[in-house]
Amino acid sequence: MGLQADLATIRALMRRALNEILRVPGAAIPGVLAPTIFFLGLTAVFGNLTLLPGFTSESYQSFLIPVSLMQGAGFTGAATGVNLARDIEQGWFDRLLASPAPRPVLLAGLVLSASFRALVPATVLLVIGFSLGFHWPGAGGLAIALLITMGMAIVAAAWGTTIALKFKSQSASPLMQAGMLVLILTTTAYAPLALLSGWLQEVARYNPVTQIVDAARQGFVGGVTWNETWPGLLALAGLTALLVALALRGMQRTAD
Amino acid sequence: MTGGLRTNLRVVGALGWRSIRQTFRRPQLMAPILIFPTLLLAIQVGGAGRAVDLPQFPEVNGFLDFMIAGAMVQATLLAGNSGGIALALDIEMGFTDRLLAAPISRFAIVLGRLVGTAALGALTAVWFLAIGLIFGAHIEGGVLGVLLIILLVTCSAVAFGGIGAAIALRSGSASVVQGLFPLVFVILFLSTAFFPEDLLLEPARSVAEWNPLSFIVDGIRDLVVSTFSAGQFFEGVAALALMGLFGIGLSAAAMRGRLRRG
Repeated sequence: MGLQADLATIRALMRRALNEILRVPGAAIPGVLAPTIFFLGLTAVFGNLTLLPGFTSESYQSFLIPVSLMQGAGFTGAATGVNLARDIEQGWFDRLLASPAPRPVLLAGLVLSASFRALVPATVLLVIGFSLGFHWPGAGGLAIALLITMGMAIVAAAWGTTIALKFKSQSASPLMQAGMLVLILTTTAYAPLALLSGWLQEVARYNPVTQIVDAARQGFVGGVTWNETWPGLLALAGLTALLVALALRGMQRTAD
Repeated sequence: MTGGLRTNLRVVGALGWRSIRQTFRRPQLMAPILIFPTLLLAIQVGGAGRAVDLPQFPEVNGFLDFMIAGAMVQATLLAGNSGGIALALDIEMGFTDRLLAAPISRFAIVLGRLVGTAALGALTAVWFLAIGLIFGAHIEGGVLGVLLIILLVTCSAVAFGGIGAAIALRSGSASVVQGLFPLVFVILFLSTAFFPEDLLLEPARSVAEWNPLSFIVDGIRDLVVSTFSAGQFFEGVAALALMGLFGIGLSAAAMRGRLRRG
């Protein structure tokens, strides 16, 4: 009975978040537009980096697409934080906290909705990418890329939720977006590790998101192997556990 | 100096000072102007720094030297956008209506906002020059080059601020001006802000060739990567004058339209 009620609450919260896409289509535009502009813009600007000796792909579009998928997930997750801050400002979240639903269930509803919403920018980016003729990653490569995109949206939503619960204001939204952007771009986003220079090479080497980006990228620049996949999935699981724990702590403190 | 002119100058000064304080008090206005371009500069220099090894890349001391001008212009574009957002918020909250009811020149109201944006432009120039020098960039233009860079970047902020103000006056909505934020990046990607024209892919290369922003960036960049050359500098000044006239003309038309609509 308890589990059924929890699942129903999660479903209701997810439906509420997803309804926004149907009722306010403009709300999804920033999450779609920003990664699309960056994908097309960076490809046009840095496309000739593939001429550098040691670059691991002949197509910069194929190399960049997983980063854009992660960016789309990041923006979508951050939007979850912004929406939560709005709900806090308007008092709607207080009513949720007063309900008998456990805090982890409320959090699950928020972050899982982000993982599905992230499929909107991902679909747009993939359609644009395929129409521009990038390398077909295979069904396995595509499935891994989409799974990782959904996972990163959960990470970003947990981060956005933590910030929203801390500052309780929509004015903290730049922090939600910038945090994810930095995490995603300080990886092998622009070039393979060996071609990064200075501080970025060191940061990218230890940034767990590098493993996640590389796992999502493998199908687009070559073949899919388990050796390239498991470090990314492990890093994603670790980040998810850490940020969900932080968000949950914020929620428990809000309840006190 | 006539009494009317003195009053208008005081109004411009007061509104300019208010605009600067407003930007510093609201992190959501300040963050995109300095923090975002700085982060992007750091990441792009680290991520695409090896581009200087490409045969067609122009001779520079380092990729940071090449990128500073782009970061400055990016910051001024965002400062123009932020100025527009702040003006739109003033319109939404009724502050601009109160100014319009006061016995002051309408032009002074817009000019006051632009003075604030100009000050932010000068600040971004100094900020990126300092970052460049700290992290090993060479300003080949010397002291004259530094002064001319600050001048060009300040004027860029005024030009882009004029466009932001025009959109704010026309729409009267902060969310509309904020919605133009991604457009800033479209304009930047279609210019030589981040990469040399010869190395851009089509169609960006063809657009960048005629994009006024490319002339402005190249005018500033030339003072960083080489000694003063009149041709490059005056091309930048001409493009800036064009953008400035366009922005101020648009603002004047938008103000007239707003007054007509009441």
